[in-house]
Amino acid sequence: MADRKHDAAVEYGFGKIHVMNLKKSFGKLEVLKDIHLDVREGEVVVLLGPSGSGKSTLLRCLNQLETATDGQIIIDGHDVTNRHTDINKVREKIGMVFQHFNLFNHLTVMDNMILAPVHLKLASKEEARQSAEQLLKRVGLEDKTDAYPSQLSGGQKQRVAIARALAMKPDIMLFDEPTSALDPEMVGEVLAVMKELAREGMTMVVVTHEIGFAREVADRVIFMEGGYIVEQGTPEELILHPKEPRTIDFLSKVL
Amino acid sequence: MISIVQVYGALLLSALGRTLLMTAVSLIFAMVIGMIFGLMNVGHNRIFNCIGTVYVDAIRGVPLIVLAYFIYFGIPAGMQGIGFTSFRLSGFQAGFIALSMNCGAYMAEIIRAGIQSVDRGQMEAGRSLGLSYGACMALIVVPQAIRTMIPSIINQFIITLKDTSILSVIGFPELTNVGKTIMGNTFKNLETWAIIGILYMIVIVTLSKVAKKIERRVNRGR
Repeated sequence: MADRKHDAAVEYGFGKIHVMNLKKSFGKLEVLKDIHLDVREGEVVVLLGPSGSGKSTLLRCLNQLETATDGQIIIDGHDVTNRHTDINKVREKIGMVFQHFNLFNHLTVMDNMILAPVHLKLASKEEARQSAEQLLKRVGLEDKTDAYPSQLSGGQKQRVAIARALAMKPDIMLFDEPTSALDPEMVGEVLAVMKELAREGMTMVVVTHEIGFAREVADRVIFMEGGYIVEQGTPEELILHPKEPRTIDFLSKVL
Repeated sequence: MISIVQVYGALLLSALGRTLLMTAVSLIFAMVIGMIFGLMNVGHNRIFNCIGTVYVDAIRGVPLIVLAYFIYFGIPAGMQGIGFTSFRLSGFQAGFIALSMNCGAYMAEIIRAGIQSVDRGQMEAGRSLGLSYGACMALIVVPQAIRTMIPSIINQFIITLKDTSILSVIGFPELTNVGKTIMGNTFKNLETWAIIGILYMIVIVTLSKVAKKIERRVNRGR
């Protein structure tokens, strides 16, 4: 097992994310059927597809919130599908943003931000506070440090959630439908933060229904259906000139 | 009524003291038992789940009075049967074991339900930041669960306090047991049981008032 891990690190050391033959079943339901995926450093990949296509499950497999049924996932040279890998250590470098924000409701914005860095001894409380303040400034919420999540709007909550993930100084950011639970007028502020992140060179995998965001920001768009990757390409190729009938069908419904 | 209070006042107070002591000791043990079995039932380890379920079902399936008899009479009889001829349990020992086990089972259910009432996303968010399962539980889930658990825990405290009266059957001289004694001496049924009832009521109402205050304070920081 140790050898396998070592080989993987050598062989795939250059790609940020490398997924091979990934399968995931919930009981009898096979949600992911043989997924292959490579994500380069700094690449922004958007996953599109109808609900139930497996895109969220794929995303959640990347940081092992769902354990893969079969196959291999290598993140930055670490085989996260190997039971002997310290998954917590790998997760420190993979930020995740959820559809329903999942801010810690009993803590203030500031305490949400510094909980993990301080507990994991990545920073002293003072350092963590300082970098949290900078991050909150970046997402435009420096005046909300002492607010509780219940006092924030959806858009503000999601921006705090992004800042909280960034407080871990991640190499990769995963976004699981980050704007789906937002009122329409708040979608823009969240997407703006994500665009800026992309511009700064963050490696991002984004599950979204925001086709506009995909066209503008993605380096690559992947269309999934029925547990398979049906088609992928640049936004130009996939969104404007899709080849597969299923992609064409899906886009005709959402555009 | 006055005469009973005059003659037996000191006895009643000491009995009330023993009732409170029994309640307090049982609650402390019950909290520990409840934590252990509650957390066992929350996790995904099949063996732990099984142990937790069996405990809760077994205890909830047996009336406290039977459990008290079993521990007070049954266990010593069994121990003497296998050669520990001098093994005995005092009324207090048997009482607090029975009461702790009983209250612990209900506490385990309160703790399990409280933890499961916290949205799954809270744990996932914590795990995605690299925190361990234990750290997420301790720092994120349990603090939020406690808020929803407090009313049920207070309720359980009160039930346990009243359940101490059942221990009168194994001769532990708590309030109800002393009531029987007084009744036997005075034959004043009405007065004796009225006094006993009022004493329970005073304590319980006072405790619920205090508990309400604590509950309000905990919920303030929202």
